[in-house]
Amino acid sequence: MSTLFAILFYFATLVFVVGTFYRIGVYTRTPAPLKIPTTPAPMNTGGVVLRMMREVFLFESLFKANLWTWGLGWLFHVSLALVLLRHLRYFTDPVWPWVAFLQPFGTYAGITMLAGVAGLWARRIFVERIRYISTPSDHLMLALFMAIAISGLTMSFFVHTDVIAVKGFMLGLMHFDLQALPSSIGLYVHLSLVALLMMIFPISKLLHAPGLFFSPGRNQVDNPREKRHIAAWAKRMESEN
Amino acid sequence: MAEITAPAYRVIPIIPALKPGAMEGTGPYVSGEKMNEALGFPGKLVDDWHDKAIAKMGDLLGKYRSLKVYMDSCVHCGACSDKCHYFIGTQDPKNMPVARQDLMRSVYRRYFTLPGKLFPKLVGARDLTREVLDEWHNYYHQCSECRRCSVFCPYGIDTAEVTMAARDILDSVGYGQKYDIEIIGKVHKIGNNLGLPAPALIDTMEGLEEDVKEATGIDVRFPIDVKGAEVLLITPSADFFAEPHIDSLIGYAKVFHATGTSWTLSSMSSEAANFGMFIGNYEQLRKVALRIRQAALELGVKRIVVGECGHAWRVAYSFWNTLSGVGEGADPDDKFAQMLQKQLDHRYRQPTHICEFTWDMIERGALSFDKEANDKHIITFHDSCNVARGSSMGGYPGGQFDIPRNIIKSVANHFHEMDPSTTHEKTFCCGGGGGLLTDDLMDLRVKGALPRMEVLKQVSDEHGVNFMAVICAICKTQFSKVMPIYGFDRRMVGGVHQLVSNAIRLGEK
Repeated sequence: MSTLFAILFYFATLVFVVGTFYRIGVYTRTPAPLKIPTTPAPMNTGGVVLRMMREVFLFESLFKANLWTWGLGWLFHVSLALVLLRHLRYFTDPVWPWVAFLQPFGTYAGITMLAGVAGLWARRIFVERIRYISTPSDHLMLALFMAIAISGLTMSFFVHTDVIAVKGFMLGLMHFDLQALPSSIGLYVHLSLVALLMMIFPISKLLHAPGLFFSPGRNQVDNPREKRHIAAWAKRMESEN
Repeated sequence: MAEITAPAYRVIPIIPALKPGAMEGTGPYVSGEKMNEALGFPGKLVDDWHDKAIAKMGDLLGKYRSLKVYMDSCVHCGACSDKCHYFIGTQDPKNMPVARQDLMRSVYRRYFTLPGKLFPKLVGARDLTREVLDEWHNYYHQCSECRRCSVFCPYGIDTAEVTMAARDILDSVGYGQKYDIEIIGKVHKIGNNLGLPAPALIDTMEGLEEDVKEATGIDVRFPIDVKGAEVLLITPSADFFAEPHIDSLIGYAKVFHATGTSWTLSSMSSEAANFGMFIGNYEQLRKVALRIRQAALELGVKRIVVGECGHAWRVAYSFWNTLSGVGEGADPDDKFAQMLQKQLDHRYRQPTHICEFTWDMIERGALSFDKEANDKHIITFHDSCNVARGSSMGGYPGGQFDIPRNIIKSVANHFHEMDPSTTHEKTFCCGGGGGLLTDDLMDLRVKGALPRMEVLKQVSDEHGVNFMAVICAICKTQFSKVMPIYGFDRRMVGGVHQLVSNAIRLGEK
C-alpha cells in the first residue's frame, strides 16, 4: 500500500506541476491585443498590483456582486489556505515556527472550510439561477472538497492516525526514501482524494486560481492613450500596407 | 411592432425568476450575400461551417488571452447571474452572463479540453450542432457588450469578449447579423454609418449654420474638410441629423466658437462609431479606425476630439492608439504610429473627449453660462456603459463619471442622481448598445431598458426629474424610441452638450 501511494503521489505531483505550468505557459504566450481593463482601472502598475491583491485576498468584485456568495466563498478559501499551511508540518522537519503557530487555527479551519463548502453547495442546489448553470462536475467538485474535509477532520477529532508515521512517509517521498504509511482507511481516503484534486487541477475550473492573474480585465494598466499597446500579430498588419 | 409593450416595473427590484425559453427564436436578420462578401466574409452559411467554426475558435483562442482565460476560469459561482439588463428584462436564463458564456464554453470544452473530450456530459460539454449555432446567433445578439457582468466577476470575465468572439466566428462562416454588417459596409463605402455622402453632409452643415444664426444672431461655423485646422472632430453620424443628437453637435460647435478653437469635420471620415468592435473582428475594427488616421494626416490637424458616443469613445480611448496610432508613447522605431504622433500636439490628451475639452475650457474660465436657461430641466445623468466600464476621462480613474456631471452642474441648476446601484461603473446599458439598435430586435430593446426605466421613474416621481442627459448616440436613439413605451416623453433624453448649448454665452467672451 505504501508503494502504491508513493507512486500515486509522485504521479499526482507531476500532473499538477507540469499541467499547471503548461497552462500558465499558454496564458503567458497568448497575446492580449487590445487594452480591455474593466474601468475605472488603475493607471499605473502599482495600482494594478493593489487591485489584484484586493481581488486575491478580499474577493473585491465578488463582494460587490453578492454578499452570501462572497461570505461563503471567502470563508472556504481562507479556511482552505489555513488548512494547506497547517499541512506544511508534514513536509518540514523541524516544523517552521509560523506553521507551528498556525496549527490550532488550521485544525479549526477544517471545520469552517466544511461549513463554507456546505453553504456554497446549498446555494448551488437551492438558488434557481445557480442550479440552472451548474454542471455535474460543479457538484462533484464540491463533493470532493467536502469528502477531503470530512476525512481529514475525522482523523483530527475522532479516529486518530499515526501522524508521526505519516510525516515520515511524506518526508521519505521528498527524499526518495520510501517509508511505511500507517494503514488506516480514513488516511487512504484522504490521501487518494487529495491526489485526485491535484490531478484535476490543471484540467478543470480550478484553473480560476492562476487564471485570475492573467485576466486582462483586471491585470491591465489603464494607459492606452499614453502608451501604444500592440500585439505582434496585429503589428504585422501594419507592414502589409 | 404595435404589440410590443413594456414589462411591468418590479415593486422592489428583486431578482427575477427564470422563464426558460422566453427569448428563444431565430435572432436578428441574417446578413445578406452581397454585404457579407463586401467585408470579405462568405456570402451565406458555408457547407463546412462546423469545421470552419471550430478552426476559427482555435484561431481566436490563440490570439486573445482574454478568451482563453475566460473560457477556462469560470467556476459557475453565479455572481454575474442577476446583473444583465437583458436577463432582468426577459427572465430568459440564457441571458444570464454565465449562461451566455456557457453557450460557447460548452463547445470549447468539447473540442479543446481533455475532460470535455472524454466526459462531455459531466462537464457540460456539447458538440457544435446546427441548433447550437442557431442558439449562438440568437443569444449572442441579446448581449450589448456593456461589460456590467465583468464588474462583478471575481476573475473579471467579460462576456463582451465572448460575444465578440462568437460573432466573429459566426461572420467567418457566413452567418452574421444584417444590421452590423450592412453598417460597416456603408462606412467603408461612404465614410459613415448612415451612408450620408459628402455633398449632403456639407449641405446639412450649412443649414445648421443658418439655424444657429437665426436662433442666436451669431455666426457659429460648422467647417468641413478644412486643412490646417487645429481640431478634427470625429462624432457619431447621428449627430448630423437625428434628434436629439443634433442639439449636441450644435453644442460642440458653440464651445469651439466661444473658445476660438479652429476645428473641422472630415467628409471622408465622418463617423466616430466603429461597429468593427461589435462584431469582434480585429481587421474590421482596424480598417474603420484607419479612416480617422487618414483624415487626420490629410488635414494636418493637431488634435482629435471625439463627440458624444459611448462605444466610439471606448474604441477611441482604449483602441485607437493600438489600431491607428492616435495617441502617444509609440516606440521611436514604430514608424506607423510615429508618423501621426509627431503631428499631434501632446500638450493635450490624444484623443480628447468633447467633455474633456469643454470641462478643461470651463476650468480655465474660457466659457461662461446662463444657467437659468436650463431651469426648465430637472436633470439626471445616465452613465453610458462603454464610457463607464471601457474608458476614462481626465487622466484619472473615474474621470469618466465626474467630468460629464461637472459640466452639467456648471450649465444647469437642478441635478439629481439616480439609484447608485445603477450609476457609475454599475450603470445599466440603455438596452440598444453593442449592435442591437435595430427594429428587428425591438422587443429585446424594450425589455432591456427596464432596469434603467425603473430608476428613472423613481427620480422622476421623487424629484420631478424631467431630463436624462447622456453622452452616447445609441443611448439617445434607443431612449427616444423606448421611453414613450414606458410612458415617458421622448424629449426627456438629450446630450450633455445640448444643455451646454442652451446655456453657453457666445457674445463678448
